[in-house]
Order: sequence, then structure tokens, then C-alpha cells
Amino acid sequence: MKFYRSHIILGMDTPSLLAGAKGVRDTLEKELKAKKIENEIRIVETGSLGYHGVSMIVYPEGVTYTGITASDVKELVEEHLIKGRPVRRLMAEDNSQKDICAGQQERLLDGQVRIVLKNAGSIDPENISEYIAKDGYMALGKVLAENTPKDVIDIVKDSELRGRGGAAFPTGKKWEFTYNTESCQKYVICNADEGEPGTFKDRLIMEGDPHALLEAMAICGYAIGADKGFIYVRGEYSLSIERVKKAIKDAEALNLLGKNILNSDFSFEIEVCLGGGAYVCGEETALIESIEGKRGEPRLKPPYPPVCGLFGKPTIVNNVETFANIPQIILNGGEWFKKLGVQGSAGTKVFTILGDINEKGLIEVPMGITLKEVFENIAKGTRSGKKVKFAHIGGSSGNIVPFKDFDIKLDLNTLASSDLTHGSGVILFVSEDIHINDYLKSIAKFFQHESCGKCTPCREGTFRIYQFMEKLNRNQAKKSDIAKMKDLCMVMKKASFCGLGQAAVNPFIDAMRHFEKEMMEGVKEGER
Amino acid sequence: MLNININGIDVKVEQGSTILEAANKIGVKIPTLCHIPEIQKIGACRMCLVDIEGNPKLQASCTTPVVDGMKIRTNTKKVRDTRKFVLELILSDHPTTCLTCERNTRCELQSMAAELGIDIVPYRGATSSRGKDNETLQLNYDGSKCIYCKRCETMCNEVQTVGAIFSQKRGFNSEVGTPFNVPFKDSVCTGCGQCVLNCPVSALKDNENIDEVWEAIQNPEIITVVQVAPSVRVTLGEEFGLKPGSIVTGKIFAAMRRIGFDHIFDTDFAADLTIMEEGHEFIHRVKNGGTLPMITSCSPGWVNFIETFFPDLLPNLSTCKSPQQMQGAMVKTYFAEKMGLDPKKICSISVMPCTAKKGEAKRPEMGRDGYSDVDIAITTREFAKMIRQAEVEFLNLPDEGPDDPIGISTGAGLIFGASGGVMEAALRTALEVIEGHEIENIDYEAVRGLKLDGVKEATVSTKIDGNDVDVKVAVASGLGNARKLMEKIQAGEADYHFIEIMACPGGCIGGGGQPIPTTTEIRKQRIEGIYKGDKDMPIRKSHLNPAIQVLYKEFLGEPNGHKAHEYLHTHYHHQKYYDNLK
Repeated sequence: MKFYRSHIILGMDTPSLLAGAKGVRDTLEKELKAKKIENEIRIVETGSLGYHGVSMIVYPEGVTYTGITASDVKELVEEHLIKGRPVRRLMAEDNSQKDICAGQQERLLDGQVRIVLKNAGSIDPENISEYIAKDGYMALGKVLAENTPKDVIDIVKDSELRGRGGAAFPTGKKWEFTYNTESCQKYVICNADEGEPGTFKDRLIMEGDPHALLEAMAICGYAIGADKGFIYVRGEYSLSIERVKKAIKDAEALNLLGKNILNSDFSFEIEVCLGGGAYVCGEETALIESIEGKRGEPRLKPPYPPVCGLFGKPTIVNNVETFANIPQIILNGGEWFKKLGVQGSAGTKVFTILGDINEKGLIEVPMGITLKEVFENIAKGTRSGKKVKFAHIGGSSGNIVPFKDFDIKLDLNTLASSDLTHGSGVILFVSEDIHINDYLKSIAKFFQHESCGKCTPCREGTFRIYQFMEKLNRNQAKKSDIAKMKDLCMVMKKASFCGLGQAAVNPFIDAMRHFEKEMMEGVKEGER
Repeated sequence: MLNININGIDVKVEQGSTILEAANKIGVKIPTLCHIPEIQKIGACRMCLVDIEGNPKLQASCTTPVVDGMKIRTNTKKVRDTRKFVLELILSDHPTTCLTCERNTRCELQSMAAELGIDIVPYRGATSSRGKDNETLQLNYDGSKCIYCKRCETMCNEVQTVGAIFSQKRGFNSEVGTPFNVPFKDSVCTGCGQCVLNCPVSALKDNENIDEVWEAIQNPEIITVVQVAPSVRVTLGEEFGLKPGSIVTGKIFAAMRRIGFDHIFDTDFAADLTIMEEGHEFIHRVKNGGTLPMITSCSPGWVNFIETFFPDLLPNLSTCKSPQQMQGAMVKTYFAEKMGLDPKKICSISVMPCTAKKGEAKRPEMGRDGYSDVDIAITTREFAKMIRQAEVEFLNLPDEGPDDPIGISTGAGLIFGASGGVMEAALRTALEVIEGHEIENIDYEAVRGLKLDGVKEATVSTKIDGNDVDVKVAVASGLGNARKLMEKIQAGEADYHFIEIMACPGGCIGGGGQPIPTTTEIRKQRIEGIYKGDKDMPIRKSHLNPAIQVLYKEFLGEPNGHKAHEYLHTHYHHQKYYDNLK
């Protein structure tokens, strides 16, 4: 095996590419060649490293650089790679105090625990050997050699893992339903149609550690008795698609996917399907319709997919993050996983944190951390220095939590008891200078565009809310408009066909509860 | 059986019933818009929401199955307020031009607004912009009136399997339309009109030809000759408040005279003529090794369907024109000759249960010397509208008869109106012709009735040239059933000799031009009316119709003969669509 004295892990996801990652890579290659050290230092392209702009980590020191441009490269090579002095002005804030001789350190932000993101950013996602070196496919081998399908389901049930796509349904229970449904054909679907604005956790998992997903799907297939899986990826995720496809090919070449995996009786193949860009296709039954080649509209439930799903067959639909937990659960046991979280909310949760904060990006924290801890310890407060006004958690259809309520614990039970949800796992922090009406208008615009149109409350309601918001925005609204909007939101919540319409009104209901006075500023002069 | 409670009333219902079905059973009305009983259950319009004890959300009763012990309230304040709210949302994107609307006083949305007590539509602002089509012969489309209930889409795709229209775009701009919004005539649309029949508003409606009819009647230069199809006599009464299946034949002829048509005939006569031709064509094919199974060609929606989707099976299609076209051809030739009229001055008008007939009448091969067999085809609905426009009090009319010489008809002609009727009428004649003696039992029950999903089959034993032969026949109505049957033929799995196909479920009594509503229950009642009429007819076999016998003697010569072929038979071609979109 060839030896390199340094590895440069370079983020090459779409936002990084937009920020000039390709130019940085090319310059870096040129520069290494010019200094004749190209055989000593290896560049590893990976997905997002969770930072803003072009970022890289230099190992073994574990120094993270962010916001790099091509013109910085020469200095980086000369200073860090040749002279061994880190370039402090480019270092990420969380490790800028790090000395170069401190040795390898975990790049962890405060309070984080990594299960799902264990490998992302530390292995070459395009090299299956690196995944295997990190115990990859060990869980699959273990279940094939030692466990019955029922055992696997019991382990997942013991772990108390709950779905990470938003609905938080117990994963083991879901698998058990499908296991118990007799059918000659069953399917496993990975929901990677990550459409919630601001959410990109699934993308980073697929870009940074695609094999974990494949392994988990195969384990699921073994547990429920399916031999075919689909990954329904959002069409815009070009790097994810490329990486996942390559990973499938590599796994097939090593007989980790395909016929008679590891010489067992179990066969499993995975196909990648591309989403066409409809938000509603993240709803599992609309997603199934889409894979079947139909218009993406939610189906009537029941029957639920575990009983009657894709092509009428029992089907498991799980989110990328849910799957990514599985190999570690199999290897370490359900008890281990359960201990990581709090009562009723086992394990960790991956969040994308963004907005007016100092540290944007992807975090993985144990269940039960408070919103305040995320904001203060991980996000490090607002970037603008202004007071934070609220956090919008769970995506556009999630809840608006005002600053005074930041003590809330981010675990499933606590959230549910306050009628809140993790949703897609995004936390957007908004500071005081953003007017609530401006903010809500952009949300309303999103939903009136993304409603599928099937049921009346959502089709007409999302559009009328947008109209109300436009009026509020132009200070043209009447007092009665706000009352009407309140009623409309309640009707949509209880009368819409699927989760889209039922949840789309959440931020508006919350805003009317916490920021009604501010919203009233959009009412015409003299009518307030 | 499950025990549930609706509005305090205990009711026993079968497992698998929906709440809506259970409520209907005890006479509790729940408003619906997107629901088509037995056909579409999508729970999309959210008008049928009900309150189930212990469930925080309201549930759509059309899709929610009952569970033992369920307690349901269908008219609490919460339910009524929510329904009203949902209806307001629908109305917020619907023109309020009711007075000038085609469906004024006959609109489901309008009645619902009245029932729920809508007093104001509390939204102002944009309405969605959707397509329009007034270029198609069979129907008109005005998307601005569409409430997106998708009943048309389900009829076109699930029931008829034509797939001319489907949902497009999303959110507020969602619409049902043809690919690239081409006019329906440039799509695979067969013109069957099941979409029109199921539209709760007037987004899809008749392409009306009433004005042309009035004009022809008013013009002293033009002689108007009208015919009325078999099924219309058991459906027209519904437009005037009678029960489905009420037979109003006599009143129809009386109304036609009062409206001012010059000569009044009955398509039942041409139905008998069709049997003579089709029956003999079938015997000819059997005896001479012609293409079998032979398939009927009376239904223009069906003809468009096979020409579009199964062109390889066109040789199986009978070359006979439909009764409408045969009647038209006889009006402009035999009748004109007999009366000494110039066929070019005759305006041949038909009252049909069918929207596709409008297209059939305009087919270029349906006529000769520059005139058409049929000039204007109107639907049952349009005819009812004419009766109302003429201020004729339909229910008070006396019973009258059609004119001579091509007015006499039989029970065999009448049963053309129901699925299985053409087959039964053909068997009544063909078997007697083949065996050469009278056959007593002529009720072929196996081919009768409404079969929404599947094919009716029968085997009839007879002797051809001294040999025992089992004639295997099949009857399908609804194009979805027709498609299944055609696929069976293509796969070589069908050993039928004779097949009857009608484009619309239940046959012409469920035609696209019939009164709205046309539900499964109503279709059944109309079918009963048809067979009751047949039982009461003095003559029940086509070949015994004296006017038919005279027609062959005086004018046509032999059935299936040279002259008959010239006037009464046609040919088909492969219809290609979307070619211009490439």
C-alpha cells in the first residue's frame, strides 16, 4: 500500500463547487506537482464538510480550513504542507486555536456525537475499501451469518430507533409489519427526495458515506424478505446520485450486493430513481406513485406501504438518515443505541443548522439537547450580533419557536407534547431584523408552488394564504383577513388529505400565536 | 356485520363498507363532489368530512371504512363549518356566472352552495387560468369552471382506458387536460362523453348544435327529418322529473311535431335494418371463412377506440354503418326518392344518447354526392333543452307515433339501447335465418344487464348446413372492458365468433349524451325500462318488421347485397394522433 504523509480531504459537493472547489483542487494539484510533493500528499474528494464555502481538512493534524480560494492555495502548500505551520487566517473558528503538533483530533463541534456521520468527511466515499476498513459491511455480514430476519427486527426494535423523515414512526415496528405481511415480492425504498428548504443532511450522508446506506438497505431487505431496493434521490443531487451509483457498482463487484451476497441465500439489488423536483414526492405514497411512473400524488391510507406499497407489494420506505443508523445499531446492539438518547427518543439526530448564526452546517447531537444549547454552544450565536428572534425547526412546514421558548429539549417526546416536530431536521435561526410578514410570505410562496393540487384545502388554501401574506406585506390587509387566515389554517390542518397541507400551516399558526402584534403591522392604516 | 352509530342511529353494515355507504343506507345525506359511487374513491374534494368519536381530525367519509363500534356525527357544527369553509375555497376559484351557465339549476356545485348556505365568497383575487377547447365536435371544455374533482380523469383513464386527459401542473394551477393542451380532437379522445356525463359543473359540456337545428326548422327551403335513438325513450323523462327507465316514446314523437320537424322517424327502424345487414354479414363470414370474431360497429366511440388503439383488429369490425347512419342514408335515398324530394334539401337530424355520434355524422365517408347521411346530431340533453326552449309541456303531451314509411320498429330494435341488445337482436334473427324455422325462446338473459367490470359470455347451439355448431358470443360495455377483450383476441386467447361492444358502461342508456346524473343505479333502472319496452312490443324480431321487408323489396334487394353495401356499409382506417407533436 502506498504511503502518504498527508491527506487533504476536500469538500466537493454542489455548494462547494459553486464556491470554486474545482478551481481550488486544480490549483492544489498544480502546486503539489510544482513543489514535487504530489507523491507525498493525497487529495481525497468528499461531500460537504459542513462548512460554508470551499473547505478542506488536512490529516493527520485534523486542521480544518474554510472559505478557501484558489489564490490561497500556494500559501497553504508552502506554509502548512512544506513548513508545517497552519495558516491561521483560513482555519475554521472551532479549531483555530489548535496547534499543529497537537496530533489528530476529532473535528467535533461541542456536544456532538457521531453515528450517522461517523465516516462522512473522514473516508474517501468513492473507495469501498476505506468504508470496509471502518467496519463497513460488517453488520451485513454479521446478520447473514448469525441472525435470522426476526433477530434483526428485534435488534432494531430494541434500539427504539424512530424514523428520521419527520413522522418518527418506530422503525422496527414498521419492518415487523412488512415482515408479517405474506407476499412473493417485497421492496425496500430509501426516501432521499430531500425537498425541505434548508435541509441537506441526507445529501451529505449520501455524498460522504454512501455505502452505509446501501448496507442498511440490504440489512432491511434481509429482515423483511425483499430482494429489491430503490433509492429515490432528488434529481438536483447530482453528486449524491453519482456517488450512490458508483457505490452500488463497487458493492456489486465485491458481492456485497447482487445475487447470493457473501455466498448466502440472500440476494439484494438496488436501483436509483431520480425525483423530478416535486416537494410532495417526499410523502411516501406520492413517492411510490412516482416510482411507478405516475403523477406524484399521495395515496389513500390505509393501506399503508408496509402492507400495500410499491406495485401493490409490501414496501418499507425509510429516510436516508434512518437507514444510516442501522449498521451501527447492528454492530453495537440496541441497548447501546438506546442509551445515547433520552427516554422514548433513542440515538442521535442530525440537524442542518443555518440562518443568522456563526457556525452553519451539519451537526449530529444526542436526542434531548436543548435548542438553546444548539444555538449557543454549537451555532455560537448570531453572526450579525443582533438578538435572535425565533428558530424555525423542521423545515418550512415545521414550527416557529420564539427565543423565549429556546429551553425546549429537541427530543421526539418533548417536541410532540408541545405539538412540535423534528420534521426534516433543519433549524433555521432568524434574528430580529427580519419582519415576520416577510418571512412568512416566502414560506407561503413555497407552499402554493409545491401543493400537489389533489385536495381542495391544500390546493386552494396554500394559494389564499399566499395572497393574504402578499396583502400583509404591502400593508394592504384588513383586520378580518388575519381572522380568516387563522380559520383557513385550522381547516387546512384538520381537513387536508395528506401531511403536506396539514403541516404547511404550522409556521403560520405559530406566528399568529407568538407574533400577532407584528403581523398586524401589515394591516391598513386606520383599520388595525 | 359491524355495528356502528351514525348521528345517534344504530346501524348494521357489512365489513368493508365506507362511512358514506353506511350513511346512505339509513338515508343520512353527506355531500360529495369527487365521489363516483363504485368507481372513484379518492377523498380529494373534502366535502364529505365527518366527525368520528375519538379522532381529532375530520375524516373523508367516502374513503374511510367503518370499524365496529364506530360513532360518527355527520352534521355537527364543526363538520358543517368545515364543509362550508372547504366549499368557499372551491368557489373562490370558480366563476359566479351561474345565470348564464349551461348547467344553471342543474349544477352540483350550485345546489351544494345552496344546501350549505353559502352567502359570500370571502376571497378576492386571482383565479386559476386553465385551458379551453371549442374546436372539438363531440364536446366543449372550459377549464375556468373546473373544480378539479378528477371525475372526468378517472372515467377517461380507469373506466374507459383511453387516457386522453390527465392531471397536469400542480397546486393552484392544477388542471385536467390533454397532452400539451391540444384540442380534444387532436388527442386520443374517442368522444365517448363519459367525462361530460360525470362533470359536476360545466367544465366539460356538450358541443351544442341546437341553434343549427332551430335554423333548419325555421328555413322554409329545408325539409327537416328527425330520428330518435332507442335508448332516448327511457331516459328523456328524467330531464322532466320522471323516474329513470320511464318509457316516453309517444311523448317524444309528440314533442318533435310541436317543435316543428317535418318528418319524424325512429332509429329503432334502422336498428332492425342493422340487424338484417349485420346478421347476414355474420352468417356470410361463418359460412365463407371470413375474419372472426366479428365485432359490432354501432358505437362510434368504440369505432374511434379500435381505430386508434387496435388498428390490427379492424378486419374483425363489421362493415355495417351504425343505425344512425343507416337511417340517415335511407332518409336521403329511399325516403327522398319515394317522396320525390331533393336529398340536398333535406336536413337529417338525429337525437342520440351519445356525444360521439356528432363526430360519426361528420365522417367524410358517411354520405354521397356531396351530402351527408346525417347533418346534425344532438344529444338527449340538447333535445330536452329544445323542448324547454319551445315551451312544450312535455309531461302533458299525448302519446303519438312516428311517420311512415320508415317508422315501424320492433323490440329487437329497441333493445339496441342496452348493452347486449345488439347481440340479442342479432341472435333472434340470425338463428332463425340459419335454421329456417321460428324460434320460440328469444330472451337471451346471459347477455343482458349491467356488468361494469368484465365481459358477458354465452354459447348458443345451432345447426349450420346440417352440422351442430356452438356459436360463442361475448358482450362488453365500457372501453376498459373492450380493451381487455381486444388484448385477449390479440393474444389468441379468445375463441368467440361474435362480439358486441358499446363504448359506454351499460350501453347507450349510459351514453355520454344522456341526462345527468347517470349513476350505476340509474343505468340499471334504464336497462329495466328497455327490456320492459321490448316485452310489450308486438313484433320482437327485426326480420319480421314489415317496413323492413318492404324496404328490401322496393329498394335494397338482398341483405348484404350490392345496393345494401353501397348505402349501409362503410370502411375504417387507422387513426393516428400526436403525429404533429413530434
